[in-house]
Amino acid sequence: MSDTRVARQQDAMLVRINDLHYARGTRKILKGINIDIPRGKITTIMGPSGCGKTTLLRLIGGQLRPSQGGVTIADQNVHALNNTDLYQLRKRMGMLFQSGALFTHLSVFENVAFPLREHTNLSESLIRALVLMKLQAVGLRGARRLMPAELSGGMARRVALARAIALDPMIMMYDEPFTGQDPITVGVIMQLIRLLNDSLGMTSIIVSHDVQEVCAISDRLYMISDGYVVGEGGPDQLKQSDSGWVRQFMNALPDGPVPFHYPAPSYAQDLLQGLD
Amino acid sequence: MQTSRTVEILVGIFIALGMAAFFMLAMKVSNITAFAETDTYRLQARFDNIGGLKERSPVRIGGVRIGRVESINYDDEQLEAIVNLRINSQHKRIPDDSAASIYTAGLLGEQYISLEPGGSEEFYADGDTIDETQSAFVLERMVGKFLIQEAENSERR
Amino acid sequence: MLDWLQNIGQAGLRVFQRLGHATLFMLQILVSIPVLFRHPRLLIHELYSVGVLSLAIIVISGLTVGMVLGLQMYNTLVDFGTEDSLGPVVALSLVRELGPVLTALLFSGRAGSALTAEIGLMKATDQLSVMEMMAVDPLKRVVVPRYMAGVISMPLLAAMFSAVGILGSYMVGVGMLGVDDGAFWSQMQDKVMLDEDVLNGVIKSIVFGMAASWIAVFEGYDAVPTTEGVSRATTRTVVHTAFAVLGLDFVLTAIMFGDQ
Repeated sequence: MSDTRVARQQDAMLVRINDLHYARGTRKILKGINIDIPRGKITTIMGPSGCGKTTLLRLIGGQLRPSQGGVTIADQNVHALNNTDLYQLRKRMGMLFQSGALFTHLSVFENVAFPLREHTNLSESLIRALVLMKLQAVGLRGARRLMPAELSGGMARRVALARAIALDPMIMMYDEPFTGQDPITVGVIMQLIRLLNDSLGMTSIIVSHDVQEVCAISDRLYMISDGYVVGEGGPDQLKQSDSGWVRQFMNALPDGPVPFHYPAPSYAQDLLQGLD
Repeated sequence: MQTSRTVEILVGIFIALGMAAFFMLAMKVSNITAFAETDTYRLQARFDNIGGLKERSPVRIGGVRIGRVESINYDDEQLEAIVNLRINSQHKRIPDDSAASIYTAGLLGEQYISLEPGGSEEFYADGDTIDETQSAFVLERMVGKFLIQEAENSERR
Repeated sequence: MLDWLQNIGQAGLRVFQRLGHATLFMLQILVSIPVLFRHPRLLIHELYSVGVLSLAIIVISGLTVGMVLGLQMYNTLVDFGTEDSLGPVVALSLVRELGPVLTALLFSGRAGSALTAEIGLMKATDQLSVMEMMAVDPLKRVVVPRYMAGVISMPLLAAMFSAVGILGSYMVGVGMLGVDDGAFWSQMQDKVMLDEDVLNGVIKSIVFGMAASWIAVFEGYDAVPTTEGVSRATTRTVVHTAFAVLGLDFVLTAIMFGDQ
């Protein structure tokens, strides 16, 4: 028994998502998703806006409950854990929100120090050293006295990243890390994700729809559309995929399996009909 | 989480002001001595008519407040009102032939019980009953009597 | 017609669902209160934003209400020649009714709406979510300190309101209108009972504090996490607090002073 456990611990897959269903109200968002996320690698989940990517991250983090199926992290079923165990697990997970979600009433320094103060009893000088290390890693040690309102969008995201890695998590989740950033910031964040993943031995999960950036840094990609996984593999594999979905997405074609037009009656008929 | 010293000081001042307000409500606005129930003793008085006397009405001797009305009941058999008084313990030397009357402060003011000290050497003790009482002065009754008298007088003339 | 009935039924169910949700939320808060013994600084910080920052409006309103009461009551009492009872009349109305009720209404406008907006915006900007992901319970970290700060502040603010109001009526009555200084205070002390009037007023303000803070933190925590949702929740806080306080005041008054 214990031997099999050890064997499973050595499993190359840190996170396993099995037949995951999720519905918000009557709207089904995820309709049976199977994803395996390898340890120590960068895995990206791609898909068009509103396809449930952020929802998927929240399901992995245990903030939402699936209607069917489950998520297993390091052999633990996330949704079967009690509150205490879930919180223990979350201490080993970091998440970078799309908005950064910095605490607006705390300075940059205090934002990064927050998880350390909450979960450790380290002395003030040690906390200071750790915070400065994390800020140095994202290049913002000099900005530690600023308030979140004084930061640019890219800086805020880097501070949020420093905060997310404050407790040296084993899994790092990034929600749309490149969206709405200038090219320089995108480059900086890409480099940071790669660097943190390799130097700290983390497992990274990125959710994004920025094809170019993601293909450049990911080891493995999954494509979600309409609640299903429609493509998976390495960047090159996906680029050569013959699936219509994948090709439309990877090559940014305006029309294809995902229609350009919102469902409507025929154009001519609509024009002739007059007023509603 | 840094809480600056100023914030702590301001909160301290806030709590202190609140306490000061409570203190003022207790000492200056209300009568804290009336609250100390342990330092009182009971007397009872029976009246034919208590007029507008209420619970908590004052009890005075020579105009000085020495206690208050604790409760008012009606005795169905004797057909009298029973008024229980609480007198502050520092006023122990009330002669046991003192009389109780119900008076009105001013023409329309509140009603209170006034004790008129007698000449006895003995004093009232806890639980005693005041025998000699004079009922409330009821304005309507006086006016009624006056009118009847006037009518009788004018008839005789 | 059937649609209409159905709508009413559904609206009714929604009200009950919300009430149930709010009650469960309240219970969660209550069992989480011990967390404050471990992090007293959280409470101090919230006492500042809830209590200290409400001080100015409470003191100014209390003073004004007391002065107006002094003026109005004097004009009525002087017709009966009983202007000496200005003190007790003003003190009783402040201590029993106006202090707790007006303080609760002002509190919901000043502090309650701010609590709702703050918690709602934290939710809208994912700050609550990120806390959860950092394994910090936002209920304990954000909601409980704010709730307790409201519960503690309300009786203190109400006492200050009444005290300042009585001083205001003293300034007008004794200072300007010539009521006798000694009569003002001695009549007040004669009539106002610590155990009945003052204590009941304090109990009222504690109950109002619990209700107003509950509504404020619940509306914030339950707000739809958008700009519009937060602004709606803020409005609801003020309106619902007003209804709750006035309703509770009637019930409490009937229980406390009904038999006199």
